[in-house]
Amino acid sequence: MHVVESGIGELIQPPDMNAFREWNRTQKNKALVDKVMSEQEAVSRFMFDGAYIGTELYGTVRCPMSLVRELIRQGYKDLRVAGQGVTELDILLATGRVKALDLTYIGLEVYGISNNLRREVESGRVEKVVEWSNGGITWRFKAAAMGVPFIPVRSMLGSDTLKYSAAKVVECPFTGEKVALLPALILDVGFIHVHRSDKYGNCQIDGIAGFAIEMSRASKRLIVSAEEIIPTEEIRKRPDRTAIPYYLVDAVVPAPFASHPGEMCYVHRRDEELIREWVKEMEQPDTAQAYLQKYVYGPKNHEEYMDFVGRARLESLLYRKGGER
Amino acid sequence: MSTEYNPRELLICVAARLMEDKTTAFIGTGIPMLAASLAQRLYAPNLVTVFEFGGTGAILEELPLAVGEERTFHRAISATGICDTMETAQRGFIEYGFLGGAQIDPYGNLNSTVIGDHDHPKVRLPGSGGANDVGSHCWRTIAIMQHDARRFVPKVDFITTPGYLSGPGAREAAGLPPGTGPYRVVSNLSLMGFDDATKRMKLLAVHPGVTVEQVIQNTGFELLLAEKIDETPPPTVEELCLLREEIDPQHLYI
Repeated sequence: MHVVESGIGELIQPPDMNAFREWNRTQKNKALVDKVMSEQEAVSRFMFDGAYIGTELYGTVRCPMSLVRELIRQGYKDLRVAGQGVTELDILLATGRVKALDLTYIGLEVYGISNNLRREVESGRVEKVVEWSNGGITWRFKAAAMGVPFIPVRSMLGSDTLKYSAAKVVECPFTGEKVALLPALILDVGFIHVHRSDKYGNCQIDGIAGFAIEMSRASKRLIVSAEEIIPTEEIRKRPDRTAIPYYLVDAVVPAPFASHPGEMCYVHRRDEELIREWVKEMEQPDTAQAYLQKYVYGPKNHEEYMDFVGRARLESLLYRKGGER
Repeated sequence: MSTEYNPRELLICVAARLMEDKTTAFIGTGIPMLAASLAQRLYAPNLVTVFEFGGTGAILEELPLAVGEERTFHRAISATGICDTMETAQRGFIEYGFLGGAQIDPYGNLNSTVIGDHDHPKVRLPGSGGANDVGSHCWRTIAIMQHDARRFVPKVDFITTPGYLSGPGAREAAGLPPGTGPYRVVSNLSLMGFDDATKRMKLLAVHPGVTVEQVIQNTGFELLLAEKIDETPPPTVEELCLLREEIDPQHLYI
């Protein structure tokens, strides 16, 4: 196949599909074992310095915030990150421990740009930034999920997004047209928050699934937090609802309100006042550090975080029964 | 109710009037959401909204605050995920796509990645997000921009999202689907389209109280002028009433 153009961005996490197969055969337990544990244990067992990680979310919805706060508390450094994120990657960048980014979007949506992204990239503390589109990075997960080393797509063609990516443009061997090849993206550790899971890690997600389906299957280690832990019988009653089957999951962390101050579809709305505080505090480096002290390092775990924010406050965010507003 | 209006209200009305009934539109955060909601009430009751994280066909009774929140699939046809919506666009199902950016050039190329050099940026912006995909696959894209010479530039610092690239035939030569590309640019001053032959931006209409001269002064490149430049009709009482009382009663955007 004739390569017409190669992106000049570094392939931060080169795919090795045979090694991935081997990993999935030997390192992923196919037995139904209880994986419920604290976020402290989950993160310390599976995280390491220099890991390539990813978080799944859509906007401020279903962000795995409690897991990211724990990741920050435990101090892992030299992180390489799949950069599709809002609050959870903004806060991770505030620690100065992100070294490389495959970046599609890090921003605060309606509240504008991420000042942490600006500071970290403009200062050079994030040493490598490789560009992709949202479709692009999700399709990279999809390729990994398919077990193939790359996926052909028609996004990114002709743009600087492609030029500063690690994609390649080839002539399609079937049609002769130009097509972009995106390399599979396999995460060392993935973090996903779901509505419910059984103790083995069979997970259900309500509402849109963002990129949870693809990313869960593209992760070597997957830590899931769940609003509630349900009996396996509930999973078996509705197997069509299983978005993530247990054998993909390494740890199940019970964590209601784990997305706070963001929202959880059909469960609770977002905490606009505390999101505004976040946005304000992240404007300057010193106030950003003060924010981390207050909301991340202050509470020792998610339980303490919920106490600190206030249980009554959290409950006031809940939708009425049945998801009614 | 006051019939005076602010620039945002005008932008929303102009964008809403561009929507066609019984078709599909990829909707981003902010003004496009309000425009789609207004269009569903007045001009395009069967407009099928597509939100990138998976909501298709929502009835926009309440204003979503983000492209992934529940209201983006309120009473929708389906709630899937990002692969499904992007692949639907890639298969040619999505007619319109809304875009924005920090810079736009005469060919409708958009920058939302960096100001300055990529590796040593002066300002690091959020990045493509879904913009590059929308600009690659939707049949007709509509950019919504603040109009000044720093934003309407001869050459964008970084082509995040392809417009017509370097001119006629360039999209197709790059491998992008034929027949796609920028359709309209809506700014706070005017409405622009693209010349069929040169693929360069062309002034179609000025908003009420704005002169052609003002638009030219605020554009950092030579803007083609349509033979007859229209004046945008001001927002109607009905449009303003719906916007203020039903669509955004809390005035989050307007």
